[in-house]
Amino acid sequence: MTASSKVGKGDKAKPVEIDAAELLYQDLNHKVKLAAWEQGAQHIILRNVCGQRYIGTGVDRNISIDVHGTPGNDLAAFGNGPRITVFGNAQDGCGNTMNEGSVVVHGHAGDIAGYAMRGGSIFVRDDVGYRVGIHMKEYMDKIPKLVIGGTAQDFLGEYMAGGIILVLGLTPEEGALQKADHIATGMHGGTIYIRGKVDPHQLGIDVEQLEMEQCDIRTVETLVESYVSFFKEDASKGKPLDASDILSGKFIKLRPLSKRPYAKIYAY
Amino acid sequence: MSLPVKGYEPNIKSYLQPEYRLEIRDDTCIRCGVCTRQCTYGVLSLDEEADRIVADHVKCVNCNRCVLFCPTNSIIVTRPPLSHRDNANWTPGDIYTLCKQAETGGVMLTGMGNPRDFPIYWDKLLLNASQVTNPSIDPLREPMELRTYLGRKPDFVKFDPETCDVSGEMGPHLRLETPIMFSAMSYGSVSLHIHHALAMATKRFGTFWNTGEGGLHPTLYKYGANTIVQCASGRFGVHSDYLNAGAAVEIKIGQGAKPGIGGHLPGEKVSLDVSQTRMIPEGTDALSPAPHHDIYSIEDLSQLVHAIKEATDWKKPVAVKIAAVHNSAAIASGIVRAGADIVALDGLRGATGAAPTIIRDNVGIPIELATAAVDARLREEGIRNRASVVIAGGIRNSADIIKAIALGADAIYCATPALVAMGCQVCQRCYTGKCPWGITTTDPYIMKRINPYIAAERVHNLLKAWSMEMKEMLGGMGVNSIESLRGNRLHLRGVGLNSEELRILGVKHAGD
Repeated sequence: MTASSKVGKGDKAKPVEIDAAELLYQDLNHKVKLAAWEQGAQHIILRNVCGQRYIGTGVDRNISIDVHGTPGNDLAAFGNGPRITVFGNAQDGCGNTMNEGSVVVHGHAGDIAGYAMRGGSIFVRDDVGYRVGIHMKEYMDKIPKLVIGGTAQDFLGEYMAGGIILVLGLTPEEGALQKADHIATGMHGGTIYIRGKVDPHQLGIDVEQLEMEQCDIRTVETLVESYVSFFKEDASKGKPLDASDILSGKFIKLRPLSKRPYAKIYAY
Repeated sequence: MSLPVKGYEPNIKSYLQPEYRLEIRDDTCIRCGVCTRQCTYGVLSLDEEADRIVADHVKCVNCNRCVLFCPTNSIIVTRPPLSHRDNANWTPGDIYTLCKQAETGGVMLTGMGNPRDFPIYWDKLLLNASQVTNPSIDPLREPMELRTYLGRKPDFVKFDPETCDVSGEMGPHLRLETPIMFSAMSYGSVSLHIHHALAMATKRFGTFWNTGEGGLHPTLYKYGANTIVQCASGRFGVHSDYLNAGAAVEIKIGQGAKPGIGGHLPGEKVSLDVSQTRMIPEGTDALSPAPHHDIYSIEDLSQLVHAIKEATDWKKPVAVKIAAVHNSAAIASGIVRAGADIVALDGLRGATGAAPTIIRDNVGIPIELATAAVDARLREEGIRNRASVVIAGGIRNSADIIKAIALGADAIYCATPALVAMGCQVCQRCYTGKCPWGITTTDPYIMKRINPYIAAERVHNLLKAWSMEMKEMLGGMGVNSIESLRGNRLHLRGVGLNSEELRILGVKHAGD
């Protein structure tokens, strides 16, 4: 327990820094909660994060948290407010059952990112793992958004019940096939936009591929602009990000065939 | 000749025979039409020309609503006389199911618990009573303790003889005034009035009800101190405020009525209010995947347990509910090691609002055996103190509860008894959403049949009666606290059980 916040009580303007080195997740999260709840910090910077889970969980305040290092699984699980920026890669379950807030990952994210998320947004600069966006849902004005700069693995948007997933496909060679199979298996709500090539055999049987309409283009434009604004300064990219470059690619749109996929399997 | 192409729907004549037959006594019937209004399945109607009530028998589900509401007792429900040739193998039920499947191509659905003729071990266990030595206690005159605490108990406690202080690391606990809680029934599968009734009854008695996986209606947050909120694979209505609203959080892995499969609330039942509570659009199917997709191992379970602890700032006990299946004991050990404070086991008889009949009737193991096996395993491994064991599925009366506690349970969950207390006739048609008793429906017209205040009174009465009976049984055994009975199998004897069953239950045969 060597870390301590470097500012006094009540100083809301300056960010609170917490050194996460050698802290157990429970202790680290306790410090984050105390900073947010008792010091009223609006901006918390976590240094030397190394696999600590549940960062941002239970904080429930509309504050910013910067994570330097590698946060552990379930980053922002049950998230309800915090805007989290990760300077590194996120592991599995990032944004699990998130209700509000945002996660911006300057790197990759693992499996089941955005599982059952109902609100807020997740932006991942590079690639994501398997079953990402599984069972995302939406409710009235809560429409979660999940933007993936690179590619996703199999079962993207499985069971998806609402929200928007956008895959930009910036990492594979231009024109190469997207990697994921079984995309949107069991999807019964929401929309998936994918930039780049997808073979019909890669899609689940519950979806149809539709032409982009004007409103889809506007949605994608807004998300791409946000993506570019988050990641344009990242040096790891060869050439600078440009929204119009990205938007000039071809997008496909996936929608579920039915919001009642199980309506006909039972004998009433 | 080839099979018809997909999409071709021939007009199939139904070969379904009526399962029940209504007999309406024409001489006493006053044509008031109450039965026609009470029936939600469209069985009864008034034929004005013939001036009599006529019945479409094939639609009858034998829910007894018309029978009990007929002011002149003119209706009885019977079986059709000899519907099929006698056959011990092919029952009329089997033939009915086959016909229905041939006509629809669908999975048969059902509601409530497994009705089949599997052994009921409660009825093969008998309780002890004191005679002469260790005299029995009269609970009407002497204190008798039913209070139960659920949650992790410390590995060690320190006792200071100077101050008589006991200290140890105690986590958050649930305090029950009686070891009876009401199992998870989601809003959507049952009506909001049922949730209100359960919440009011448990608040008044000092125990807990469980939201099920459909979220907590805003009007019920005030009952949070008596509410266990559930987090299932669909994560419906699960958010920070919800997790923090309850006294405990339960992760639902499995359910006794449908081990291994998820729940599907059909879009018809997702009304405006249900949609607000589940936080999904109106009219969509609410599908809970079979697994939690963030849990593929005990380590992953541990991750969700601790995610919930973080989300609730370590102030709430976390329960993990599984269906009782072949390896329950080993799984329960994993659950305890994963950090759960309460293990909930739901047995073969556990009920449901909707499940495929084939699953309900064939999957799982009896809760009596699972309870004994889990308790024994956790003791053997020296981790019994780390979690409380709550069992469910097939509790019918207070003696079942006493037997469950003697087999090693800390408390029980029950749901069917609460519903029966409110009017349920166990007709097993919960999945239709047309429950004529206003219980398993979200139809605003039908759900008015339950007055939540009266229903709460009936449920409270049940808690009161069962608690009194349990005190009587405890007193008879000469113990004055439910704690003294917990896991005390010497108070049980088996009748008509073979040695393997006795070994698993850990009880001696009667006479031994």
